[in-house]
Amino acid sequence: MAGAYAGFVNSAVGARLAAQLGLPRPVRLRRYSADAPLVDSPVVVAGLSEAPVAARARALLTGEGVEVVASVPEGAKVGAVVLDLTAVREPADLSLVRDVLGPAVKALRPSGRVVLVGAAPAEASTVVQAAARRALEGISRSVGKELRAGATANLILVARGAEDHADATLRFLLSGRAAYVDGQVVRVGAGAPTEPADWSLPLAGKVAVVTGAARGIGASIAQVLARDGARVVCVDIPAAGEALARTANRVGGTALQVDVTAPDAGQRILDHATTRHGGLDIVVHNAGITRDKLLANMDESRWASVLDVNLGSILRMNEVLLADGGLRDGGHVVLVSSIAGIAGNRGQTNYAASKAGVIGLVDALSTDEDLRRRRITVNAVAPGFIETEMTAKVPFATREVGRLLNSLSQGGLPVDVAETIAWFSQDANAGVTGNVVRVCGQSLLGA
Amino acid sequence: MATTAPRRAAVIGGNRIPFARANGAYAKASNQDMLTAALEGLVARHGLAGEHVGEVAAGAVLKHSRDFNLTRESVLGSSLAATTPAYDVQQACGTGLEAAVLVANKIALGQVESGIAGGTDTASDAPIAVHEGLRQALLSLNRAKTPAQRLKAVSRLRPGQLVPEVPRNVEPRTGLSMGEHMAQTAAQWGVTREAQDELAVESHRNLAAAYDRGFFDDLVTPYLGLTRDQNLRPDSSVDKLSKLKPVFGRGDDATMTAANSTPLTDGASVVLLGSDEWAAERGLPVLAHVVDAQTAAVDYVTGHEGLLMAPAYALPHLLERQGMKLQDFDLVEIHEAFAATVLCTLAAWESESFCRDRLGLDAPVGALDRSRLSVNGSSLAAGHPFAATGGRIVASLAKALHEKGSGARGLISICAAGGQGVMAILEAA
Ligand SMILES: NC(=O)c1ccc[n+]([C@@H]2O[C@H](COP(=O)([O-])OP(=O)(O)OC[C@H]3O[C@@H](n4cnc5c(N)ncnc54)[C@H](O)[C@@H]3O)[C@@H](O)[C@H]2O)c1
Repeated sequence: MAGAYAGFVNSAVGARLAAQLGLPRPVRLRRYSADAPLVDSPVVVAGLSEAPVAARARALLTGEGVEVVASVPEGAKVGAVVLDLTAVREPADLSLVRDVLGPAVKALRPSGRVVLVGAAPAEASTVVQAAARRALEGISRSVGKELRAGATANLILVARGAEDHADATLRFLLSGRAAYVDGQVVRVGAGAPTEPADWSLPLAGKVAVVTGAARGIGASIAQVLARDGARVVCVDIPAAGEALARTANRVGGTALQVDVTAPDAGQRILDHATTRHGGLDIVVHNAGITRDKLLANMDESRWASVLDVNLGSILRMNEVLLADGGLRDGGHVVLVSSIAGIAGNRGQTNYAASKAGVIGLVDALSTDEDLRRRRITVNAVAPGFIETEMTAKVPFATREVGRLLNSLSQGGLPVDVAETIAWFSQDANAGVTGNVVRVCGQSLLGA
Repeated sequence: MATTAPRRAAVIGGNRIPFARANGAYAKASNQDMLTAALEGLVARHGLAGEHVGEVAAGAVLKHSRDFNLTRESVLGSSLAATTPAYDVQQACGTGLEAAVLVANKIALGQVESGIAGGTDTASDAPIAVHEGLRQALLSLNRAKTPAQRLKAVSRLRPGQLVPEVPRNVEPRTGLSMGEHMAQTAAQWGVTREAQDELAVESHRNLAAAYDRGFFDDLVTPYLGLTRDQNLRPDSSVDKLSKLKPVFGRGDDATMTAANSTPLTDGASVVLLGSDEWAAERGLPVLAHVVDAQTAAVDYVTGHEGLLMAPAYALPHLLERQGMKLQDFDLVEIHEAFAATVLCTLAAWESESFCRDRLGLDAPVGALDRSRLSVNGSSLAAGHPFAATGGRIVASLAKALHEKGSGARGLISICAAGGQGVMAILEAA
């Protein structure tokens, strides 16, 4: 996973050289494991005025056996900082950031977490308040870039009345599940989250479909959804059947060999989920391909196949999967975009078109009246540089640059993308819809 | 003792790996590797990881002595629960179908609720035996207690005995290969070269079309990079085949070529069977039920009957028990050991004298509408890893019948070495 650069800077000679030159040193990120604590050190929780989300954070951390403190204890290290600034009225209120966050950042352990909480700027009652609320985004993104040793900073924006709906997001961002999520803004809105009986099985009893599950990120998604309690239908092209069977058997799911571009793909997936598992709660459209070429040399087949696999097939399958009798009420759709769909990428006009299209789809579906009534959430992840066979095809120099051009100085792992998708798939997270969360270690591309 | 009325076993699904030509894609895979791979695909398709299945019955025709517990070892290497019992079956090329009949019967009697039947064979990783003289000498050496006895044992060795014996496709009692036997029967029935080539081309065309329409998407799982049967030639034509030199038969009777005979093949297949209740509990749709089965054998050693004609004799028993005519079947699968096998069998059923004198029937069985025959291709195109053919046919016929609609009936006919034949009837659920 680490790549040639990481291997070098972590070698004895490389480490000395890297220190002299001020080169970044990638560290091993803290990742989720069922028996590890949510956060392994005390957490500073603070806020302005009533700070309703800080109160939720205190309760949930205490419930998990994590020590909560109001400020950094003398000479101690802390695992995370949660700062609730939903009450911000004017720029002067922001000074709390300097007072609380400044010292806390200095005491942050490796893979520590900074979680800022604000209110939605669009719902501000005055122009001054709107500006002050938006300021938080600049703060969290800059803090993300200042943090070292695998620590991350993210911002939660809660809509009016949704102060109680951010628990699942707080848990996610504080945990090892969000290892490679950095510099992101998560908007939490209305919706009716339901707490799982067991937070280590947040998807218990759910039926999920994952396309492109034979290998790479898809195989990891199937694994994480199954770990979290879901029954997983693993879909991939017939030619990938051998690897698909391995995934399905490893996660105790079922394998369905179908090309997502087949006209009846949606129907076959739905029939399988319904007859075998009694219904469908989660759809993850992960299957995707790249066929890179500069636009001037782009042939018809490269153009068309990428757009059809990455976007056209999703539109067609959704006609069946999201119709009545398809995805159950309160279900979740998760799409896989890419930072190339946000930032663009040389040689990837076709790919970027498809991945930007996916974001357009999230916007449209998350505001769709019918889906809203059925409480179906629609979100996307936009992975940055993730270590898979897809990125192994990228030329060496570009690949090393891809690994390093981010705040965590390393590529992400498939599991990082999978964890974010699993979080989007929780009923406890029903307030989160219409979000595109980058899993990119705060990549500089398109940021 | 109270007996329960037999119920019909359900065919729930199947899986096979694409078949490879000998010394092709699976040159280094063992029978156990392939059977395990076939099981893994079946387990994945039906969500059986970690599940206990009533029993697994499978076998191989060409088998190493170390594979004495081949099926059980494959189960232990699969994702099935380790509590799943297994046993080996062997009835030459009838192995796969016979295994399915055995499992279906146990389900019918309520002795198990579910089972997997199958077979595997490799012509590439074939067992090689030592010369009988060498074997005897080595066994004496092993028994020897004194240096003198050891010396005596070793002194019996001859250089010629060091040449290993590769298994040959030869009938032990006649010394003739299966192809030579078939050529005799083909000559008797006057089966022409053109008719055989046409049947072979049809087989390739049907199999290719079935792949193209996605028929095998839930019947085949790729293995070692192979996604379709390696022997399949979608562009095969009678014109091309007519240029090949015959490999069996003599003079004018030399009508059998490498293209209208099945090639040596590697592969494995398995079928999932169960009671309707077991399937329903798991949300597994039932494709078909096993209605009946019949085996037969003929006296080919004296030359009274052709080596591969036994299925012709099995059919009347089935028809009588089921009150059916051959023409009542919506689909018929006659394993294409050779194109001539199929054509001789069909000709025999049409022959008044054969049906009267040999089968003891008042009227001939009659002609079969060829549009119902092996509609998704058969062994000439797919290849024929001996024990794996039965599972291939049971699963694809069950699916094809299911597509036709409830009540559709299908017949399976498989000839086997030793002058044997296995037949079964399936009915769409
Ligand atoms: N790896 C990265 O860095 C990265 C970055 C951004 C986005 N992504 C996206 O993540 C997703 C997974 O990528 P990956 O890196 O795991 O790629 P991968 O190539 O390793 O896996 C993709 C899987 O999708 C399957 N697939 C392709 N076409 C299909 C079709 N028509 N029908 C069904 N399945 C099909 C493939 O067989 C394969 O198993 C893709 O959508 C990709 O665009 C990846």
